[in-house]
Order: sequence, then structure tokens, then C-alpha cells
Amino acid sequence: MGILDSIPHVQAVPSHRPWPRAVVTEAGWQAAIDRLVEGGLTLLGFWGEPAAVHMAMLDGGSAEIAVVTYECTSGTFPSVASRHPPALRLERTIHDLFGLVPTAADDLRPDLRPWLDHDAWGQSYPLAGRNASRDVRPYQFLPAEGEALHQVAVGPVHAGIIEPGHFRFTANGEHVVRLEQWLGYTHKGIEQLMQGADLATAAKLANRTSGDSAVAYAFAFARAAEAALDIQVPRRANYLRALMAELERLANHFGDIGAICNDASFALMHAQTGILRERCLRTADTAFGHRLMMDVIVPGGVAREVSPDGITALRTLLADIGEVFPRLIELYDNTASLQDRTVTTGIVKADYARQFGAGGYVGRASGRDFDARRTLAYAPYDHLSFEVPVLDTGDVNARVWIRIREVEQSVALIAQILDLMEPGEIRIAPPAGRGGCEGLALTEAFRGDVLVWLRLDGELRVERCHLRDASWFQWPLLETAIEGNIIADFPLCNKSFNCSYSGVDL
Amino acid sequence: MRKTLLESLTHGSLTEPAPLPDDSALAELAAKVDRAAKARLGRSLAIREVDAGSCNGCELEIHALSNAFYDVERFGLRFVASPRHADVLLVTGPVTKNMRQALERTYNATPDPKWVVAVGGCAIDGGIFRGSYACVGGVSETIPVDLHIKGCPPSPTDLLKGLLALLEHVSGKR
Ligand code: SF4
Repeated sequence: MGILDSIPHVQAVPSHRPWPRAVVTEAGWQAAIDRLVEGGLTLLGFWGEPAAVHMAMLDGGSAEIAVVTYECTSGTFPSVASRHPPALRLERTIHDLFGLVPTAADDLRPDLRPWLDHDAWGQSYPLAGRNASRDVRPYQFLPAEGEALHQVAVGPVHAGIIEPGHFRFTANGEHVVRLEQWLGYTHKGIEQLMQGADLATAAKLANRTSGDSAVAYAFAFARAAEAALDIQVPRRANYLRALMAELERLANHFGDIGAICNDASFALMHAQTGILRERCLRTADTAFGHRLMMDVIVPGGVAREVSPDGITALRTLLADIGEVFPRLIELYDNTASLQDRTVTTGIVKADYARQFGAGGYVGRASGRDFDARRTLAYAPYDHLSFEVPVLDTGDVNARVWIRIREVEQSVALIAQILDLMEPGEIRIAPPAGRGGCEGLALTEAFRGDVLVWLRLDGELRVERCHLRDASWFQWPLLETAIEGNIIADFPLCNKSFNCSYSGVDL
Repeated sequence: MRKTLLESLTHGSLTEPAPLPDDSALAELAAKVDRAAKARLGRSLAIREVDAGSCNGCELEIHALSNAFYDVERFGLRFVASPRHADVLLVTGPVTKNMRQALERTYNATPDPKWVVAVGGCAIDGGIFRGSYACVGGVSETIPVDLHIKGCPPSPTDLLKGLLALLEHVSGKR
């Protein structure tokens, strides 16, 4: 049974690929929310347009996806967040950007505090396409009251070289009672910049949504465009894309494993994994001409061939990792002072991971067995063999172990691809004049699934594009994971999540 | 056991393979930065990094400066936690409007003499994000900039070259 069979809808949108999109009335919208609340479906994305809101939902069992659309004829829509908390920040964003107002019964009153809008843009509702003024009030953090409680405010400028964001801790002595995040500092207006852009420019913007996931974003954007245009890229292009995606995953996992250990004052590990990370970046540079592999994946294929030196460099890299990494794993496993900090620290409950549809190592360390590469089996992963590691302790240690196992899988994947790849075309031109179409794609970035939804006009210009980072559904879980831990363990927990700021602020 | 393990780690990854040809050039470059910093400041160079809305790509390469390949601390380049300890602000991003005030405050908190280096295409003029309702566009529109380092993102070597150029060419502020 398809997702839309159980959700009353008015009409399906034929130009939406590869999964269906349907317009629903309030009854259909509420039915969709019911399915999310029951846990039958997982919220994958929730985004706005000047007069409509869309929700993408996943049926984990059948690996089916559907998008439902509610037309906001009177500028309002029934609140999703007041019944299903994972939608909260997305709903506040929709309100900030489009001025659409979520409605609900009084006892479920929607949270309308701004999320991205810090009252600095000089305008309200920038994507609404109409001028309206907004009530400006000082931002209110959620209250935490009690005699022994005190607050610690951190950021947006932090002590390390990290992205800007604000954290408000309420603590009882050393123990965190509540953490509230306020982000939006890196909001660049990417979705508006995309409007009217040609495919090449839009792909560049997608590449720069979150620098550590440049490949994953370019991959997802290209696949969404190809889905919309209903084209298949050459086989070799798919292999090259996956090579880059796995190389990016390796580089980030190495960086993070080291950084987590470093936050537990174990600098040796950081130094060693830093070497492996740098080797990945140098290999990427040799093979694809850019250390972060930006602008190599484009709609229609890839922009350049891998260099012959690159293949050699990739094989050398795999050998290096094979030699050094097992010893680093042993070191991690045998260092009691390190385990003392990571085991049972910052636990994400399995129920929350499931409810929030947490992707990547955050979900997989808490028992959520989802990986877009396998569940949605997109090319070339549909005919590569790999395992998806899953653990259920949900602590910092489990997130480290998921990364360790994923490094091993990525190494094996790269070796497989190098063996399987045959010469051939690497790019086809997008067909002109097949416009007025919509596409949706999910790609597994190192930190979880990236969703891209876009609509192209008749000239292949982007009419509307929405990019959703895995971090949307991970950041709130970090707030839950730190509860009851001491403030000093926050950096450790935070690093084990390594959520993106730029990717959610957009 | 532990000792052998550590030793094998060191041998396994630091001396193998032989250094790449550009590494010696790199060491020379970094040593020059060190000498220039000492000549200009009489001490090492303390850098405070400020992300003013970057995509995070620039930060990744700034981080790489501290790995074992570049290891810039050897040459007197230190990343510090507070602007109060800094000589140089390394600023990335198209300066989002949401970060403008924080950037100004960080600049004001940095004691004189100080230099500002705008890192990456975004920090020069907003780069690909130029013209957005949410970006100021270019660090120099918010605080005075002494040097721009191009690239999207600039490589660690580009960053080192830039810092050297800063030290060699800006007229002394002290
Ligand atoms: S210059 Fe490039 S890498 Fe640096 S922040 Fe801007 S888009 Fe990202």
C-alpha cells in the first residue's frame, strides 16, 4: 500500500519525480500528521512556498516516499509541530521566511518565536514575495526556574575554530538541566539566491551549503535535477560520484574521531587521524583537482575525469589507511581514560532517534537502521555491497564506533568501485525545453541524509529549491542528550554529533 | 605494550611515505612567517578565527594548518580562544547580517595593534552569496581589512602565504 493510499488527497502532481506529490485538504494534512505521530511514517522534510507548505514523508518499511502539499489560501496552515515536535524548527523557519502562520487549538498553541530571523535583515518574510511587517519582540528563551539554577550563555563566537551559534545552558551546579540552542547566525539566504538561477549556478550554491558535505550536496542537487528532468547519467559518472562521496565521508570521519578524542584531552589520536584526513584531502586534490571536491558533480554527470595519478593516489590512500587505522582503533579501545569520558556520556534515547528520524551516526548509534545509500538504494550503491553498522547504546562511544565501522565500509566501497569502474562517458547535457518539472532526491552525507527538492521552469531555471540537512533532526536531540550530564562534557557530546550550522541556517 | 603501540604508530605514519616535494617548500614558507612575525611583533603571531557566516569550507582548511603536515605551531603561529589574546583576526564568510554585530564586537575586543585578514571568496565581496538579503557582503564593509586571501576555500599553503605577505608588507602599526 502506498503512503498516499491512507491520506485523502485532492490531486496528484504528475510532473513530480521519482516519488509522488499530492495536494491535500485540511483532512488530508491532519491524516498525514496522524501517521507521523503514530510513528508509521517519518518526517523527511517540511518546507514552504509563498502560498503553500509541503511535507515529505518516509515509510521506512517499504522505503517509499511521498510529498503532501497544503495550499495556504488564507496565509495559514494547520500546525505540524504542535502535534509532532520534530517539525518545530522547520515550522518556525517557514514562518520566518514566508510569513505563513501555523494554527492549532488553543491548548496546543504553536511556537512562533523566530528561528532564523534575528531582526537584522531589514525586512520581514523575505521569501514571501510581499511586504508585511512583523512584530519585533526580544527573543525569549524557554524558562527554567528554581532556586539553585543558573544560566550559562555561550556564543555565537566560540573559543575554537567552529561555526557560530548560541547555546543557553541552565545548570544546577555542574549538571545541565536544560540546553536551548538558537541558531541562524550563518543564514545566507541560499534558497532565495537559488530562485531564478540556472542549473550551473544553483549547483554551485548547493555545493556551498555546508562545506564539509560539499560532495553530498552536489550529489543530492544533481540527482534532484535529474529526477525532475527524468534523465539517467552515465554509469561511470555514478561511480565517480560515489568515489567522491566515500572519500568525503572518510575525511570527515577521520577528522571527527580525532576531534572527539581531543575533546577528551587525548591529543595523540587527533594528531594521527589528522594525518589520515589530510591524506584524504590531498588524494581528492590529485584525483579531482580540489581538496573538498567542490564543483565536480554537476547535473548530468561529473565535470571532470579522475586523473590517472588520482587512481594511484586512491589505491595508496587505501593501503595507508589499512596499515594505520587498525592500530588507532586498538588505541581507542584500550585507552581507559578515553573510554571513561565517552561511555554512557550524552545518550540519545532510541525512541527519540526514531521519532525524529535522526540520520547518520546519531540515528544509527541509537538503533535507527537507516542509510539512504541502502534503504533508498540509489546508483551506484544499488549494486555495491556494504554493511550499515547499527548500535543501540546511543552514547558518545557508540557514535565513535559507528564512525569507525563506516570508515571500514567506505574503504571497501572505494576499492570495489576502483575495480568495477569501466571507461565511458561521464556527462550528458540536460535536455532543453523539458521544463515545468519537479524532483526530489536524498543522498547520504557523512552526517546523515541530505534532502533536495526542486522545481524547474521551462528554461531549466530553478523556481524553488529546498535543501534539508540531516542536522535539522539531530540538533534537537543534542539538547536531550546533554541533560543530566555536566557542562564540561558538552564539547564531547557536541563533537560526537558534529551538526552543521551552515547547513541548517542556509 | 602501550609504549610499543605508540612507537609503531609514530613510525607507521610519520616517517612513511617520504615527504612530498612541496613539504620542504612549505616548511621554508612557514619558517619565514615565523621570522617575519618575530621581527614585526617581537613574538609569535596569535590568531583568532571568526566565522562570519561561512559555509564551513574555509574553516576546514584553517583547521588543516594545525595538522602534522603543516603543524604551524612550530613556526610561532597560534590559534587563540579569545580576541583579547589575538594579533590577527582571520575572518571567513560573506558576513551574514545575523553575524555583523558579533563580528564588530569581536573586532572591538581585540587589542591594538591588530590586523584583519579576510579569508576566502565570500569574505572578499560576498562571493557566491553576494546580493542576498541576509548578507552584508565582504568583511571590509563591516571592519577594516588589511589583507584578502583568495580561494574557495584557500588551501593551507595559500593561507600561509597570505599570512607571510601580511607580515612582510603591512606597515607596522605599533
Ligand atoms: S569562500 Fe568558499 S569555502 Fe570559504 S566560506 Fe565561502 S563558499 Fe565556503
